[in-house]
Amino acid sequence: MADSPQLDRRRFVGFVVAAPTLAVAVRIVAAPPAAASIPTLPGPAELFDLGDLQNLAAQPTMNNIMMVLNRDGTVSFALPRSENGQGIMTSTAMIIAEEMDIPVKRVKVTLADARPELIWNQLTGGSNSTRSTYMPIRTAAAVAKAKLREAAAREFGVSERSLTTSEGAVVAEDGRSIDYGDLAVLAAVTETTEVAVTLKAPENFRIVGKGHGRTDARAAVTGKKKYAMDLKVKGAKPTMVCRPPTINGTVKSVLNRPAVLAMPGVTHVVTISTGVAVRARTFGQCINAVRALKVNWGPGPVDGLSDGDILAEIKSAELPLTPPLLGTAIDGNFTFWFASNSALETNCAIADVRADRAEIWGPMKVPIAAKQAIAQRLGLQPGAVKVHVIQGGGSFGRKLFHDAAMEAVEASKKMGKPVKLMWHRADDSRQGRVHPMATSRVRAVTLGTEVLSFEQRHTSISTDFTHGFGEMITAFAGSLPVGDIGFSETIYALSQSLHYNFGLTTQLMSEVDTRFNTGSMRNIYSPNTAVARELMVDKIAKSMNKDPYQFRREFVRTPRLKAVLEKVADVGNWGRPMPHGMAQGIAIHDEYRTATACLVEIDCRPKTVNRKIRQARTGPRVTKVVFAIDAGLPINPEGLKAQMMGASMDGIALVLTSSLHLRNGYFLEASWDNYAYTRQWNTPPVVQVIVMPPTSDTPGGAGEVGVAASGAAVAAAYARATGVMPTSFPINHKSPLHFKVKPTVPPIPQSPTNGLPGPR
Amino acid sequence: MPKHTFTVNGKKVTVKAEDSVRLLWILRDVLGITGPKYGCGINVCKACTSHINGQAFNPCSVPVGKIKPTDEITTIEGLAKKGRLHPMQQAWIDHDVAQCGYCQPGQIMAAVALVKKLRKEGRPVRNADLDEIRNICRCGTYDRIRDAIKDGARRM
Repeated sequence: MADSPQLDRRRFVGFVVAAPTLAVAVRIVAAPPAAASIPTLPGPAELFDLGDLQNLAAQPTMNNIMMVLNRDGTVSFALPRSENGQGIMTSTAMIIAEEMDIPVKRVKVTLADARPELIWNQLTGGSNSTRSTYMPIRTAAAVAKAKLREAAAREFGVSERSLTTSEGAVVAEDGRSIDYGDLAVLAAVTETTEVAVTLKAPENFRIVGKGHGRTDARAAVTGKKKYAMDLKVKGAKPTMVCRPPTINGTVKSVLNRPAVLAMPGVTHVVTISTGVAVRARTFGQCINAVRALKVNWGPGPVDGLSDGDILAEIKSAELPLTPPLLGTAIDGNFTFWFASNSALETNCAIADVRADRAEIWGPMKVPIAAKQAIAQRLGLQPGAVKVHVIQGGGSFGRKLFHDAAMEAVEASKKMGKPVKLMWHRADDSRQGRVHPMATSRVRAVTLGTEVLSFEQRHTSISTDFTHGFGEMITAFAGSLPVGDIGFSETIYALSQSLHYNFGLTTQLMSEVDTRFNTGSMRNIYSPNTAVARELMVDKIAKSMNKDPYQFRREFVRTPRLKAVLEKVADVGNWGRPMPHGMAQGIAIHDEYRTATACLVEIDCRPKTVNRKIRQARTGPRVTKVVFAIDAGLPINPEGLKAQMMGASMDGIALVLTSSLHLRNGYFLEASWDNYAYTRQWNTPPVVQVIVMPPTSDTPGGAGEVGVAASGAAVAAAYARATGVMPTSFPINHKSPLHFKVKPTVPPIPQSPTNGLPGPR
Repeated sequence: MPKHTFTVNGKKVTVKAEDSVRLLWILRDVLGITGPKYGCGINVCKACTSHINGQAFNPCSVPVGKIKPTDEITTIEGLAKKGRLHPMQQAWIDHDVAQCGYCQPGQIMAAVALVKKLRKEGRPVRNADLDEIRNICRCGTYDRIRDAIKDGARRM
């Protein structure tokens, strides 16, 4: 039995650690990355994807994750990741509960402070949290359970073999039972020792794989859940920054500092790297002060430039496509305008900087990078900087960076006081990081009913990966199957799978221009590359007089993709007759070891497109989304469904309504009524998500993957409903603006006074 | 500095502040009531939605000087009575609506006020009513919000 490879795969080693109550830690036994051998030429992302790189980088430090059993029978675990709504605290609690045989509610998951010794193992991104932590966390829980059984056996004077565990207790054959809490001290050790354990067989899972509501649901609906700006830190008063009228403009001089300092509530006015920071009793008074500041602004690096200029710059950097030697070339050129990853919680952080130390609180996905950068800026040893990771009010990639924390420490240091620094919405939209503008060009060459080649050339404004991915790539460059290429090119290559048997397939990316504040937005390149790819698949199918679904079924590369494709076609009733002006669209996407497919229905009839909602972008309406996801091993199907639903709203927004317009060096959008993210009036009345049964013994990534297929399906449906393939996204980017542009000086709008209901 | 007296979540409070300071900052920065969230400050995102005398309103856009001593303000913290969740809150949990949760206090307060308003008008909750809700959810959990409102309305 011990030789069974099945069992070996579940045999891991952890530690029981010297502590007052039972404490365990893990080091995962190094296993070579699974190198699947695929008969046709696989792309780099299939051999070794971005998540594999993260797993590899995280391995040496996994022994530092610790779990503690408390006297009250609860288990504490500080997860070295950041929660921004993706549900990892809930799924982590489920994984621990499963392996330990304890109710989920007795598992207390918190977020770990920045821990530099974890190096690359505290980066929340690339949809990698559960992929990288699943086995180590299970191992720790299994070690804990083994020690509890051992202690109970001593207590009962019976053999361990005769004991079972259930609902947070160890039960003997004669019916006696002892709660884990009563064993917390008895199972503790005085010397750290290694323990080998066998993990639970997946067929015995009772929690993993069953839907579970979020563990913080009650706190969320009662207003008790605390975000960074809800924390009380002694002396940390509201602080806001008066920002330049153009992107990355500079402060030359402040013309009326004394007058602003004399305003009600205002305590400090100081110039920082990004603008002029004001501190006051309330944020309302900060808004007044920011608006009153008279500043002589210096220019920014893109002053005077607009959308068209940047597009021309990208076009001039596009890589050439290969002229076809035989067959017919089918080409497509697609443009993706700037988009915003701004979350509902704006950039924010609390900082208390003293002469010899600093303490920071904020929603940060790469807190180690934040800690290092903050220490450097303040001239402190990293050990003198404490960084607390607070649950975020959404991220979508925005919180990979710690822009607000850098401003907060600079302001706190210059003011000599703790600050609670928050960006105004207008700042978050205009000066916050963006998803870079890009073009994607595709050339497919067909001969009869064969596709001989499929080339995709993606050209983009540079994406800033300096938050940790960059260092990870440098360190592991020798292990990557992509050769010595740049950071962005590496991430592109590690994230793009091949989806179809289209003969010679090449996918290349090149980038230009580092003057913009950019960052990864949920699903990085794929919301753009998938839209271009899937629209071209429809175009190729059409050229062969084939149905988009049947064509995909014929050419799709993997059984997992084929299964999700067939699932959405079946559940979504593909091909059902629809009125003129309405249509279905279908698309697939494979990334993070997760296979997805989406079918949507869209209504492009004039009555719908032209419906009026005040200060809103209406346009075509997606009336139905059917989404299927094969996430390998689904941990929490409810959470997966939530992620696919939310990601579909992103896909709809990116294809139909939401973009930033660059004009004369600044983005026009300054509010949620300007930047047209999906709202209730554009929400599909029907959203159906199907979680496929497990196809693997490890989970794939899920936080981002839903954007690509949903967006692509919406684009495909729009093309079929209107008879015209869209090539510029979102489709309404060039339509007249649906809003009046807010001024840039002062940079933020005053709050209105019309918030009371009805006439008073 | 002028004094302002009103009722929040059943408790009489008095605060000193300039008349023009918007109520959201009085609640959050002065009184420490942080359930209502900042999302825009211009009455657009609706993350701060609370109730005044039973009706939905947006404290980010109400100067505290406009609040009368007889006004009763309810924030998300005051929706549950004596530890018993409001039916809409329970519906929110049952439908596992929240993702990051940041907009949810405003969403729930808007939902309760909407259902009450429709009931007064003798109308059921229809899709067209839900389409008009302006509260933004950047996680995109709209579909579950719609389901929870319909369900919560049945239980109210």
